[in-house]
Amino acid sequence: MNAPFEGIGASVRRKEDLRFISGRGNYTDDINRPNQTYAVFRRSDRPHAKIISIDTSAAKAAPGVVAVYTAEDLAAIGGLPCGWQIHSKDGSPMAEPKHPVLAEGKVRHVGDPIAVVIAETKQQARDAAELINIDLQDLPSTATVTDALKPGAAQIHDNAPGNVCYDWHIGDKDAVDAAFAKAAKVVKLDLENNRLVPNAMEPRVALGDYDRHTGDYTLFTTSQNPHVIRLLMGAFVLQLPEHKLRVVAPDVGGGFGSKIYHYAEEATVTWAAGRLGRPVKWTADRTESFMSDAHGRDHVSTAEMALDAQGNFLALRVNTLANMGAYLSTFAPAVPTYLYATLLAGTYKTPVIYAEVKAVFTNTVPVDAYRGAGRPEATFLLERLVDTICHDTGADPIAIRLQNFIPKDAFPYQTPVALQYDSGDYFTTMEVALKNADYAGFPARKAAAAAKGKLRGIGISTYLEACGIAPSAVVGSLGARAGLYEVANIRVHPTGSVSVFTGTHSHGQGHETTLAQLVTSQLGVPFSQVEIVHGDTNRIPFGMGTYGSRSLAVGGTAMVKAMDKIIAKGKKIAAHLLEASVDDIEFADGTFKVAGTDRAKTLGEIALTAYVPHNYPITEIEPGLDETAFYDPANFTFPGGCHVCEVEIDPETGVTSIVNFTAVDDVGRVVNPMIVEGQVQGGVAQGIGQALLEHAVYDSNGQLLSGSFMDYTMPRADNLSNISVATENTMCTHNPLGVKGCGEVGAIGSPPAVINAVVNALKQYGVRHMNMPASPEKIWGIINAGRKAAE
Amino acid sequence: MYDFGYTKPSSLADAVAALAGDDEAKALAGGQTLIPVLKQRLNKPSKVVDLSKLGLSGITVTGDSVTIGAMTNHATVAASADVKRAIPALAALAGGIGDIQVRNRGTIGGSLANNDPSACYPSAVLALGATITTNKRSIAADDYFQGMFTTALEAGEVITSVSFPIPAKAAYIKFKNPASRYAMVGVFVATGPKGVRVAVTGAGQGGVFRHTAAEAALSKSWSPAAIDGVSISPDNMNSDIHASAPYRAHLVGVITKRAVTAAG
Ligand SMILES: Cc1cc2nc3c(=O)[nH]c(=O)nc-3n(C[C@H](O)[C@H](O)[C@H](O)COP(=O)(O)OP(=O)(O)OC[C@H]3O[C@@H](n4cnc5c(N)ncnc54)[C@H](O)[C@@H]3O)c2cc1C
Repeated sequence: MNAPFEGIGASVRRKEDLRFISGRGNYTDDINRPNQTYAVFRRSDRPHAKIISIDTSAAKAAPGVVAVYTAEDLAAIGGLPCGWQIHSKDGSPMAEPKHPVLAEGKVRHVGDPIAVVIAETKQQARDAAELINIDLQDLPSTATVTDALKPGAAQIHDNAPGNVCYDWHIGDKDAVDAAFAKAAKVVKLDLENNRLVPNAMEPRVALGDYDRHTGDYTLFTTSQNPHVIRLLMGAFVLQLPEHKLRVVAPDVGGGFGSKIYHYAEEATVTWAAGRLGRPVKWTADRTESFMSDAHGRDHVSTAEMALDAQGNFLALRVNTLANMGAYLSTFAPAVPTYLYATLLAGTYKTPVIYAEVKAVFTNTVPVDAYRGAGRPEATFLLERLVDTICHDTGADPIAIRLQNFIPKDAFPYQTPVALQYDSGDYFTTMEVALKNADYAGFPARKAAAAAKGKLRGIGISTYLEACGIAPSAVVGSLGARAGLYEVANIRVHPTGSVSVFTGTHSHGQGHETTLAQLVTSQLGVPFSQVEIVHGDTNRIPFGMGTYGSRSLAVGGTAMVKAMDKIIAKGKKIAAHLLEASVDDIEFADGTFKVAGTDRAKTLGEIALTAYVPHNYPITEIEPGLDETAFYDPANFTFPGGCHVCEVEIDPETGVTSIVNFTAVDDVGRVVNPMIVEGQVQGGVAQGIGQALLEHAVYDSNGQLLSGSFMDYTMPRADNLSNISVATENTMCTHNPLGVKGCGEVGAIGSPPAVINAVVNALKQYGVRHMNMPASPEKIWGIINAGRKAAE
Repeated sequence: MYDFGYTKPSSLADAVAALAGDDEAKALAGGQTLIPVLKQRLNKPSKVVDLSKLGLSGITVTGDSVTIGAMTNHATVAASADVKRAIPALAALAGGIGDIQVRNRGTIGGSLANNDPSACYPSAVLALGATITTNKRSIAADDYFQGMFTTALEAGEVITSVSFPIPAKAAYIKFKNPASRYAMVGVFVATGPKGVRVAVTGAGQGGVFRHTAAEAALSKSWSPAAIDGVSISPDNMNSDIHASAPYRAHLVGVITKRAVTAAG
């Protein structure tokens, strides 16, 4: 019998999809507990106001109401903790104002929760929430970083003077200044990275439960990392011992970063369940998601490159203002620092770099990591700057990149901004991308488009990203208040099937498939005999969850290490059964064999022996075949690649159509090519969304104007083109699988490729730069101005 | 949603009676506008009067007109062979509203009663010089639209059908709002028994309006080139995060021209 190949490298169909596409998924909102109540939050409709009074008496008296709570009731519990501390240039710790679970004294953004109503039905809770009488006194407010830093701007937190959270820097300022002083040419670019709303398909949901007999709390929640939530909420907010708190993140319908963080609603329903002795469920509606899920991006930057007369990059200087929103979300401080500024070397050998980053509070929804987190901002800045250099100096975008790429033989490569890249080959990814995109044929296509009255443009971007953020000791020294290892427990059952208990979490990525393929390859267990268990702190060991494209590189490696232990133990058992020396036992394709003989035992036979240890070396080894490994990586992994975008612009309306998109990425070893293709395509769709369509727009006072799908433009199928995906991989040198990660590359590489293409299409109008989204009106404005000037 | 009463009468008279004298009662057609509004608690009707059992759906085509029952949904109009033959622009317009779920529920009567300033149907009604029939009377298109979300309908008045004279040539082109995909600028052009008429939706502050300068130019010469010299003032145009008034005014010209080209 020839079993289909289902190990590493096979495009195995995603086994989780059967339940997802047939409506059998088990999402948090599908879970209901006996005697359940419903929570509805009353939120601020003002960006910034003093709370004069809150009168809950009418709400409390309303039909079906079980309880109404405000900050006063929560006095004994802590604020929402921040998981990363940054120190400013002068060594002082960042301003870390309290992030109360329910607003205390003031509201600081539209959507800030003020009170919660808990009732027998959701409808009753909604009705009662309207009866809460809240007297607010408006305060001046500010929505943008530039406004928030102006003298006299509204002061959002007493302990963050001037609204500054931190003023941080990295790199060698003196060396950069010296390089600029002797530069033949300096190119400077001001740019913004637009604020985005993550908009996972499944809104956030939290269901708190409490067993008064055992004193056990359970939180079912839409999370990417249930153990992180258990730690943060249990230890810092509710002071619940961890053995009495279980956090379950069942099927989760997309996260994109927004479900990493610990949110107020989780703490509220868990606390209230204990207080009331009844389950409490909260399900966000879409309007709430817009005003309470952490947003992404929102940078205002200036970038300057010093060049010599030959076009070599001599030095890069960057100044960035990063919007934190009204409070610090869980990992917010890390995003514009260690996930952004450390990436500013990109694919280039720029010898010296200096970046200053100021994080700023505003009256907006908190901002945190969103697919790519910092790395899309760094890539957009660099790749726009490189194309702007071409604009200003006449250099060719391909030639200048080739000239400045980190050479193939320079790895491991130490950048001037802390990171050391282990492997990469930017020449090959670009060469293949240009070939796949038929870059050479572009002039003919441009001429054909021009004949139809259309403006065609082509743009490229090359990128380098860092994922699998690690090692713990290093991130700890940089301010992380968490470890960033991963854990796996591999349990070989007596009959030889395998359960994997992973600390990573799948919310769309397909881990139940990819991780099972690792087991099939390493232990030779058929794919159908492997089950991946994740998302429940009562079942899995303490792991850190999924974000930053870390699952395979960190979580997969932990599995490999645990399977190594399984094999090592199995060899001892096999040696005993086969009456051979352990050193003579070989393991391959699920079989332990005495080298050079046909004497063998299958993994299933070994497992059965391990659990029924009648004939067993019991004085030397323990029964059972169940191993756990924690893996703390030596370094980040460094995917990279090249994206090429071709657009066509209708000059009469300013509408941009993507006509071709080509991605060639280096993601290290590919475990499942189909899943990699899907991840890259999804990421590119989000990147195209950011570049052309998406924008969280606040008015100058802090009202969210794009607060629904009527005004916030999500990318849809007809906004996209075919997205061609290929990989040209170099192996990660410090993990045994050689894997790097593919979850974010699409969203990182694509936005500058799109904007470079748009700017290229508009070349005749003298456009130097355009901020995202490149909306039809912006483009028409440029064309119209050009036309008027020509008249 | 707030609590509300619900009734599904089986005759027009009963429906009118249920709506009469109760300012808080609301007719329900496809619910594609009303239900979202109720869900967001922006409206608190005393009762909802479901019009689905009144026999108000159906399409009748005669030699010179197309009459569509108020409860006919967009998908039915889009798929109707008769409409496609008589006024292809109208079928195409219906086929471009929202998505398939919206088209299977939303109705022509609901769309016209609502008169959303970005809705598609009002432009067809105005440009084709249609007549709106209610339980009480017939209303000419030119008298019907009275500003955004405002119509000639009196309280409790129910649209029963809409009758469109068959034009010689007509076309509708919609420049979609990128997010909502309603019309940011939609232009319906027609020439026929009612003369040359151009109606613009999505762009104007007051909802759908006739573009008289374009009508004058096209009356002289029915050709795309006739639009070249025609401009429209941005003064009465809508302005929002997607499009400023000057951009909308510009698009009115571009889209009108494209509609004339499409009409042939
Ligand atoms: C996602 C989405 C996208 C959409 N996109 C578009 C689009 O691109 N273009 C477009 O034009 N529209 C669009 N719509 C609106 C859609 O066409 C609706 O169907 C229409 O606006 C209302 O029709 P309805 O039958 O659903 O009316 P309902 O929502 O049931 O009623 C709307 C209003 O009209 C009143 N009413 C209904 N019928 C009558 C009647 N016969 N007599 C008197 N009063 C009546 C009701 O009392 C209510 O006030 C969209 C809607 C959605 C949800």
